Amino acid sequence: MSMHVEGQGARIELVNLEKQFEGVVAVRNTNLTVQPGEFLTLLGPSGCGKTTTLRMIGGFEYPTGGSILIDEKDVAALPPYRRPINTVFQQYALFPHMTVARNVGYGLEMAGVGKAERDRRVGDALAMVRLANVEKRRPSELSGGQQQRVALARALVNRPKALLLDEPLGALDLKLRKAMQLELKELNRETGATFIYVTHDQEEALTMSDRIAVMNEGRVLQLGTPAEIYEQPVDRFVADFIGQSNLIPGTLEARDGDRCMVRIPTGGLVEARLRDEPAVGASVVVSIRPERVILQGQPAESLDGSIPATISEIVYLGSYNQLVLHATPDLRLIVTAPTDMPARPGDSVHATIPSRYATCFAAE
Amino acid sequence: MSAIPAARSRRFSLGSVSLTVAAITVFIFLYIPLAIIVLYSFSGEVVNVWPIGSYTTRWYGEMWNDSQIREGILLSFRIGLIAASIAIVLGTLTAIAVDRFDFPGKSLLRFCVVLPITLPGIVTGVAMLSFFSIMGMQLSNRTIIIGHVTFCITLILNNVVARLSQIPRSLDEASADLGATPWRTFWRVTFPPILPAILSGGILAFTLSFDEIVVTLFLKGRDATLPLVIWARLRRGFSPEINAAATMIIAVSFVAVLLANRVSKWAGSS
Repeated sequence: MSMHVEGQGARIELVNLEKQFEGVVAVRNTNLTVQPGEFLTLLGPSGCGKTTTLRMIGGFEYPTGGSILIDEKDVAALPPYRRPINTVFQQYALFPHMTVARNVGYGLEMAGVGKAERDRRVGDALAMVRLANVEKRRPSELSGGQQQRVALARALVNRPKALLLDEPLGALDLKLRKAMQLELKELNRETGATFIYVTHDQEEALTMSDRIAVMNEGRVLQLGTPAEIYEQPVDRFVADFIGQSNLIPGTLEARDGDRCMVRIPTGGLVEARLRDEPAVGASVVVSIRPERVILQGQPAESLDGSIPATISEIVYLGSYNQLVLHATPDLRLIVTAPTDMPARPGDSVHATIPSRYATCFAAE
Repeated sequence: MSAIPAARSRRFSLGSVSLTVAAITVFIFLYIPLAIIVLYSFSGEVVNVWPIGSYTTRWYGEMWNDSQIREGILLSFRIGLIAASIAIVLGTLTAIAVDRFDFPGKSLLRFCVVLPITLPGIVTGVAMLSFFSIMGMQLSNRTIIIGHVTFCITLILNNVVARLSQIPRSLDEASADLGATPWRTFWRVTFPPILPAILSGGILAFTLSFDEIVVTLFLKGRDATLPLVIWARLRRGFSPEINAAATMIIAVSFVAVLLANRVSKWAGSS
């Protein structure tokens, strides 16, 4: 495809952005810079403010505070039709009384592009999203996946500096969703446009994004690459929301810089990276990913960080097994293990928590 | 086959038979009087007698030659068209305001606009008559039109609001997102889907106005609409061209309702 345009993407900056609906704060004091051409995902549970943030960038909601800069120009007060960006809506929002060609050509028509040029670009855009021979059909005659592609083509045909996507894959089945995730990533590279993507699906976010902004209760909790978000969550919410995490309660025993020792309910000590600033003696939580826990039949060399436990359940998941361990009746650990590991429910094992993958947060 | 499905199917057929009988009775009740009027309008006799001996179309010719009836027909058409047109503009604008915008007193406005159609015509008639006399307005065809517009608006409003509520807001947003000003969004995205609702509402409003008699009676000036001419004639005794005039009203209503139905179907398919 010859649509590759270098440096077409816009830099989008949110400065102290805030939105209240009749006194209820939906987005609070948000600062965020999206680089030109970047694929940035706003990720969070429903009601976290991610959609409101996207709608403010698109111009469908006006902020109650702060500014939105697109290539250094404040657009916060501009209506949607004066912004150089386009949106792919959650339910696609295709015009039901127009053919696919009219739908896709709508933006060009509004911009006063001539018929011949319009037809050519509509054809190109439909080819880019891999749709053929649907120009004359109505949206209602297309499958969900095809409607999704028409919505994409309708936005991309205008060569927007940024594309806003509001959970666009939510209505598709799993297989189609996976395929579209890869295609969206490709389109992001091909067009050079900045993509801002809203989803509550953490797996989707990890797959596609250059960077992820994890949001909760109207604020951005952490902004970083998928690896940073996954490996070094800044707080307990992020650790819990992204992927699976074991959250082990304990007491802060000692600290030195960003390292610390935590006494856990088994009586053992676990070393971890310290995220918050709890005092020694305070209640804390140690977070560790299931696949980072090391299982051994024998206790490790150093007893520190090695937790004796009993296997209570083994779940076969195809490429790996998921094991549920109990160290104490209340302390449950989820770990993953190769499917060929000889283990059975009731076996005693030792779970080692590698200090460089463990993170310690202040308990709430 | 066991006995249970057989029993169920017999009960079902008993039910369906009585339903069919009820439906036919209602149908006869509604349409026999109309059919008889239509038949009489072609009767060769000078009085309504049964059975009809001979058939003729002369009453239609006489009806058209009767200047009072002819002018009544033309006036009813004119008032119907004007009242429906004014109601289309006002009703559609109100529908858009009610559906797309939030403002204080919105539900009150909605209620106030729907009220006239539920009010007995005599109340509307008396109220408007005293209003016009307070305002010092001469009764004329214009006052009839104003009276008719009050209940015609309701038909358009209800029709258009129902259609608008089926159009997702996100279509407006998508249109704006693609560079269309609100004005262009209205004509390109909102108007095409509500056009059938406007038209079918307009046609029904026209038929309502065309044979309206109570409000018209209070608000009329010198000229009489077709229903008023018929009414006045019947008071003076029967004349056969009245059957022809009544048949014409039936025909106009029939065609209009058919048309409105067609237009709504067309809306459903697009």
